[in-house]
Amino acid sequence: MERHFDEQLQGLKSHLMKMSALAEVMIADAVKSVVERDAAAVAPVYEREELVNHMQIEIDEICLTLIALHQPAASDLRFIMGAVKTNSDLERLADEAVNIVQKAEHLLKVPQLKPFEVIPEMATIARGMVRDSLRAFVNRNVDLAREVLLRDDRLDDLKAKMSEVLTAYMTQDPAAVPCALDLLLISRFLERIGDHATNIAEVTIFVVEGLDVRHHADQQRLTHRPHAHV
Amino acid sequence: MSGIDTVISVRDLDLFYGDFHALKRVPMAVRARYITALIGPSGCGKSTLLRTINRMNDLIPGVRVTGSILLEGQDIYAAGTDVCALRKRVGMVFQRPNPFPLSIYDNVAFGLRVAGLTNRRRVEEIVERSLTSAWLWDQLKDKLNDSALSLPLDQQQRLCVARLLAVEPEVILMDEPCSALDPIATARIEELMLDLKAKYTIVIVTHNMQQAARISDYSGYMLLGEMIEFGETAGIFTTPKDKRTQDYISGRYG
Repeated sequence: MERHFDEQLQGLKSHLMKMSALAEVMIADAVKSVVERDAAAVAPVYEREELVNHMQIEIDEICLTLIALHQPAASDLRFIMGAVKTNSDLERLADEAVNIVQKAEHLLKVPQLKPFEVIPEMATIARGMVRDSLRAFVNRNVDLAREVLLRDDRLDDLKAKMSEVLTAYMTQDPAAVPCALDLLLISRFLERIGDHATNIAEVTIFVVEGLDVRHHADQQRLTHRPHAHV
Repeated sequence: MSGIDTVISVRDLDLFYGDFHALKRVPMAVRARYITALIGPSGCGKSTLLRTINRMNDLIPGVRVTGSILLEGQDIYAAGTDVCALRKRVGMVFQRPNPFPLSIYDNVAFGLRVAGLTNRRRVEEIVERSLTSAWLWDQLKDKLNDSALSLPLDQQQRLCVARLLAVEPEVILMDEPCSALDPIATARIEELMLDLKAKYTIVIVTHNMQQAARISDYSGYMLLGEMIEFGETAGIFTTPKDKRTQDYISGRYG
């Protein structure tokens, strides 16, 4: 029997999808403002942040009401708890996009320090992780969630590489320090976006399998669980 | 909450059973095509209030009612009210399923025949439509001549709903309709109610707070004959305004 409650869960899912789509565009615009030195890409990030903040409150209200009115159990309960956490991760990763444009606003006023290679790649990975972690969450797809977890390592490596390169610039030329610091922070913000997507992927595994894989608490973080919980 | 979509408007309703003051200046506005739930501990007056809406309390000796209940603007306690016509517009489902000891078909057709409908084709159509609306047609279409009493309880309860739907009521009153049913049968009745609210206004009395939370759009919490708090169910169950409501819904009552 299809429950009316399922329709409400579906509504919650579409809200999360919408919020994640907003966040993704924010990341794209924020990185564009840095890499293409496009000042016009700055304002939309701030505008979308307002929308994301609004959605965060709305989604929390939906979750609170669903818990209060339906006393969900088992996978329904795990899903709603997961939605609360995902909601918070989405809001925070959208904030990272805002952090990036704040640095862009400074970088736009000074000459470009070096050609951009690593940042566009980091941005592509981070955006993909956001999109796929959310898709994994709403579609209960643990394979995709585990794949997202793997991609986070690449993002961490790129961040380390960036750090190395920028340290070299700063050592050679003290005048490069302000710009290099901004770029270093931008790579840090992109890495944090990946961390939030990782959280969402881990929550997905918890929601589907009832298995807590945070902080490598379980060796099965990247392996299949033979019997998914209901 | 007054306005065109308020179908039932209860104002300053007092009800006495002899000397016992069972309802105390109760207000309530029921919106059309929503589910309104009445909750509260035993003896708080919720069933009494429900029964005032189709004047079922008239059958109890020594009952006195003051105040008013407007059904689409007409006071149902006004002199000259046709109570039978009222009960056709405001139907009721009871705690225990109470099908007549007749066939399934005759149960649903009963109200139509009482109303003088003799066209057999027409009766058949309405029986089919009513059983379909109560999610019974597919299961029962081949045994319409079986006794209604042979059905399992939850089908009996849905048959009682179908019997009501046949006479096309505007409002359906339900007095603890699931209290005799197991959780699966309860879930079926609840889903049915959510389906029916597209066309009907439903007022339900329930001892099961979670049921009120799951299915109703508006809830009223009653205590000792008073309407303590009335409002949107989501608000009542997440941020009640009255401490007594808060205590009851969080299980701290008593």
